[in-house]
Amino acid sequence: MKLPSPDDGALLHRPSPHESGRRHVTGEALYVDDFPLPPGTLVAAVGLSPHAHARIRHRDGAAALSVPGIRAVFFAADVRGDNCIGPIVHDEPLLAEETVNCVGQVVALVAGESSTACRAGIAALQIAYDPLAPRLSIEDAHAASDFIGPYHLINRGDFAEGYRRATHRIEGTLHTPPQEHFYLETQVALAIPLEDGAMHIHSSTQHPTEVQHMVARVLGIGYHRVVCEVNRIGGGFGGKESQATQVAALAALAARATNRPVKLWLDRDTDMAITGKRHPFRADYRAGFDADGHLLALDVVLYADAGWTTDLSPAILDRALFHLDGAYFVPAARFTGRLCRTNLPSNTAFRGFGGPQGMLVIDTILNRAAERLQMDPAEVRRRNAYADAPRNRTPYDQEVRYNRLPRLFDELLPAARYAGRRQAIEAFNAGSTYVKRGIGFQPVKFGISFTKSMLNQAGAYVLVFTDGTVQVNHAGTEMGQGLHTKILAICSAELGVATGAIRIMSTSTEKVPNTSPTAASSGSDLNGQAVQSACTTLRHRLIPIAAAMLGVEETDELTFASGLVSLAADPARSRTFAEVANAAWMARIPLAATGYYATPGIHFDPATGTGEPFYYFAFGGAVAEVEVCSLTGQYRVTRVDILHDAGNSLVPSIDRGQIEGGFIQGLGWLTTEDLRRDPAGRLITRGPSTYKIPSFGDAPTEFFVRLLDRAAQPGVIHGSKAVGEPPFMLAISVITALRHSMRACGDSGSGVELSLPATPESVLRAITRQRS
Amino acid sequence: MTSLRFYINDELIEESEASPNTTLLRYLRDRRGLTGAKEGCAEGDCGACTVVISGESPAGEPLLRAVNSCLFLLPMAHGRRVYTVEGLARNGTMHAVQQAAVDTLSSQCGFCTPGVVMSLLEAHYRDDLESNPAALDDQLCGNLCRCTGYRPIREALVRIAGKGQRDDDIAGPIRASPPVGRQALTYEADGELYQAPGTLDEALSVLAAEPRCRIVSGGTDLSLEVTKAHRRFPRLLSLENVPELRAIGRDADSWHFGAAVPLADIEQATADTFPPLARMLRYFGSRQIKHRATLGGNLCTASPIGDCAPVLLSLGARLRLRSREGARELPLDELYTGYRATALLPGEILTDVTIPLLPADARASAYKVSKRRELDISAVSAGMLVRIGPASTITEARIAFGGMAAIPKRALAVERELVGRPWTGEVVARAVAALEQDFTPIDDHRASAWYRMSVACNLLCGFFEETRARHLPALPPLPSSTLNLESAP
Repeated sequence: MKLPSPDDGALLHRPSPHESGRRHVTGEALYVDDFPLPPGTLVAAVGLSPHAHARIRHRDGAAALSVPGIRAVFFAADVRGDNCIGPIVHDEPLLAEETVNCVGQVVALVAGESSTACRAGIAALQIAYDPLAPRLSIEDAHAASDFIGPYHLINRGDFAEGYRRATHRIEGTLHTPPQEHFYLETQVALAIPLEDGAMHIHSSTQHPTEVQHMVARVLGIGYHRVVCEVNRIGGGFGGKESQATQVAALAALAARATNRPVKLWLDRDTDMAITGKRHPFRADYRAGFDADGHLLALDVVLYADAGWTTDLSPAILDRALFHLDGAYFVPAARFTGRLCRTNLPSNTAFRGFGGPQGMLVIDTILNRAAERLQMDPAEVRRRNAYADAPRNRTPYDQEVRYNRLPRLFDELLPAARYAGRRQAIEAFNAGSTYVKRGIGFQPVKFGISFTKSMLNQAGAYVLVFTDGTVQVNHAGTEMGQGLHTKILAICSAELGVATGAIRIMSTSTEKVPNTSPTAASSGSDLNGQAVQSACTTLRHRLIPIAAAMLGVEETDELTFASGLVSLAADPARSRTFAEVANAAWMARIPLAATGYYATPGIHFDPATGTGEPFYYFAFGGAVAEVEVCSLTGQYRVTRVDILHDAGNSLVPSIDRGQIEGGFIQGLGWLTTEDLRRDPAGRLITRGPSTYKIPSFGDAPTEFFVRLLDRAAQPGVIHGSKAVGEPPFMLAISVITALRHSMRACGDSGSGVELSLPATPESVLRAITRQRS
Repeated sequence: MTSLRFYINDELIEESEASPNTTLLRYLRDRRGLTGAKEGCAEGDCGACTVVISGESPAGEPLLRAVNSCLFLLPMAHGRRVYTVEGLARNGTMHAVQQAAVDTLSSQCGFCTPGVVMSLLEAHYRDDLESNPAALDDQLCGNLCRCTGYRPIREALVRIAGKGQRDDDIAGPIRASPPVGRQALTYEADGELYQAPGTLDEALSVLAAEPRCRIVSGGTDLSLEVTKAHRRFPRLLSLENVPELRAIGRDADSWHFGAAVPLADIEQATADTFPPLARMLRYFGSRQIKHRATLGGNLCTASPIGDCAPVLLSLGARLRLRSREGARELPLDELYTGYRATALLPGEILTDVTIPLLPADARASAYKVSKRRELDISAVSAGMLVRIGPASTITEARIAFGGMAAIPKRALAVERELVGRPWTGEVVARAVAALEQDFTPIDDHRASAWYRMSVACNLLCGFFEETRARHLPALPPLPSSTLNLESAP
């Protein structure tokens, strides 16, 4: 793959390097913890609850304050504004008030001249607790009826009737595992107090506006006095959507009180101990199938472990319910969801946002059905996949338009030689005592849009200078996903300017206000449209100027390309973009424009559980093969073939990176990432030595990714599609492959029982059961 | 008072103020303003802090080595050249490994990237790294990336591995450097003392004078106390400059490894000739760790899940201990006296480890089972050796496990069941039952007692199966299991 250089002009729909690639590899790329600090900057550290649930009997910071180098100590009472940072519901204190509700809840903050001083300060805090009984599981919360919010319901058809007619009934309970984000850059913020009570925050957040709002509330000032700026994020994955706020607000609290800049950076242990994870779910299900493997009726009750506060959990539960159908038509559905409140750090957004948990339920059910019916699980999936009307409506009554699933079945399975390999594997297994292989196919359908409709908007502010160079501001944050690279491609195409003449500015609430988080895979859809709209405005302002310079009519078609504005009918007649820009300035035409975009037509009514929550669906398919050692339970993913629908990809090299990275992150969730807490609710696995995300050798050496061609999506920027989250769920193919291999180890009579994550231990347990 | 002298990106640094307990990572970031290397974990597991230092091959030839700067104490840099990601470009032109990383889109968020680039840099100048998938995995397994899924990084690695010119402006100065180490160092700052004597006698004198000073060689374990528990050691005695402790030798019947030999050197020396050791070292840890971790360190930390001990127990390793009073030999079997406790006396240093060559009638292997294949702590590790005499009779059995008890230890009851009986599946199956007499493993976050016991049993059975075809079986390049049963019936 020969990549174009920054001066090659328009990059749209062509492979391109990452916009920051060069700065990443030279160390020039700065993250908040790398910033040269303003003189007098203090560092801060947090004092954490050692109890999962307790009443605070006594707190005293005097001894801590007398530690050399400590400049300030804060408890809840020291917050002048609102001591609350709950993003949706006002139920999350910045600093603990009367009680603590999880191990790792922040009780105190110290600010000092050095991290050594801060550690000593934290050690000198005097806080006494009266422990209370904690609830540490979904089952604990359920038993105590401790829920957050009401039941969430989606109902379609007559479940009882469908279930009654079914020839095969499958019932069970699935526990989906939690997952630590393990962004490589831990949470960090630098707060710089400015004149007139203002505060400038450098934060590693996916949601600068929320940081702005919460900092303002905590300080008791107007939003206009706070600017939140994000240069880049060292990985977010949802973990910095709502939960970067606390670190930023704490830094701001200390900065205001001391009137000095304050940096708060969490070391890995602290970050992992106090931040929320992917929600673990419990799913109790009943599914009815006919003799041919068609799903007739499905009843699922989902319980999500929300942790101790609401955070984003209601929306996550919604998305889980919206994805209980997976890629399949469910004639009769009864989906119920409930959030359980536990004494654990508040679980939060994580790539897929409940979608993976929902899909894992239906795909587990289909795997069990295939095993029961002695059918190929891929065939069961084909029979149930969304198809033409009437098998094209979701349980929440949205039509599945532009359905790519048939193409995925028809193109990926033959390309990956699925049927032949499955046969070869079964022959191999029949002749192999200890080593077993398996293959699995996973189709993905993922709804694109924030399910909270008002979040589906974005703004941009594009500035053209008189030398023809451009600055682009937009609402999205760059966390590695390549958003800025895509924006660069869009802007370059719209203005016809080489990418080397365009600079993507750091994301700042003073450039584009009232923004949505960069989340829900929406970054390029929303911000791309907003940038396009700003560029269109600018082009329209420049056309009369250029037309006059070229001596043609304003109505003559002009093209903006290769740094030139030229007459479409006679490209030799042109002026440089810089000349046109300068002429526009001379003519007193404004060279800065805003752009705005709001996704049309989406709505959802929670009361009826129906609507069109998604603007469109993204699709993908994966075939994975595994080789398992039946003596140790160890295994390797030997080959993966992916065909993914990224629409008419804006930048295919970036989308490929999202697909590969998403798949491996999903693989981690389902296999090696084994989050453990002790009986008191303390996280045991608090660093990469004990919490194992996939490493280099876990990625298959045969890893083939192809983008679905001829798949332009109407109504989306340049026919592209969102790609951040959907590939994550392709990794469920590995679980299907593992189950296939286990079928070759014996037949327990009751089907494969594989608990997740599928660590070697879990796999060996399942194999042992198969053999019994 | 000596100051530390070393190069960072070709700039000579003389440092006399930084505490010897300062890690190289903190020094680079906090005192030199070089923020390319990142702190992602401070425990040597993520690799975002990876830098390249000048080191030397066992033969004394200078070469580049990737290390975790988060576990590398500043005085260890004395006499070396250190390269960080900021020091690779020349006149605005990126180094070939940087260009490859950009071209393959090996960075997304970019936070792990400086470390990845430095591991690629080492790979670029390695001359023993062909496109061998096992070696490629080993080269990069110490660099976690949460974004890319590694496929592009593998592509970059394949592109640049082994392509470096020995005399270019990175490798040239390193290869022209005088051998590192060998120079005695006494460095004191901030009231803390770091001594790295140049002879064993000096080291023993220091230890005799101050028996409570902490001994360090590579620092991969000890530094965790600095980065995680925030300890500061008032006195550190480094053994890494003692030539006697860095020797590798082989005579008619044994290998001899100095206690301060890095595991990477042992791996290189024994790779093709000693499969049990090679199998264990392959999955011992990352390249960065194996460059610094030493055989003596791994044995003397006495961790119940130290990976060197089980295989060395099975191979019948012997230790040589020295103090000012004299020398003594100790079978490795007698080193561990309890959880994290050894038979080393105050003032005593482990100087070298002797591993007998495998007799012709031996079948031997080594195993490691963990949640993740690479760079993980064992749930169970094992070393197994049997000797088969005439009539297929087992004349000797040495079956050792880690992770099964408070110390790495041999399964003596199992061995008793084996010796004198024929080497058959039935005998092995009977011997397996004796594991319950030898071990009562625990439940923890790495594995349950059930899993540990089941795997221990299965490894012994697997050992029997695996050694049917080859007495000293090796692992395939991309193993799916610690057991190589692909060809077993």
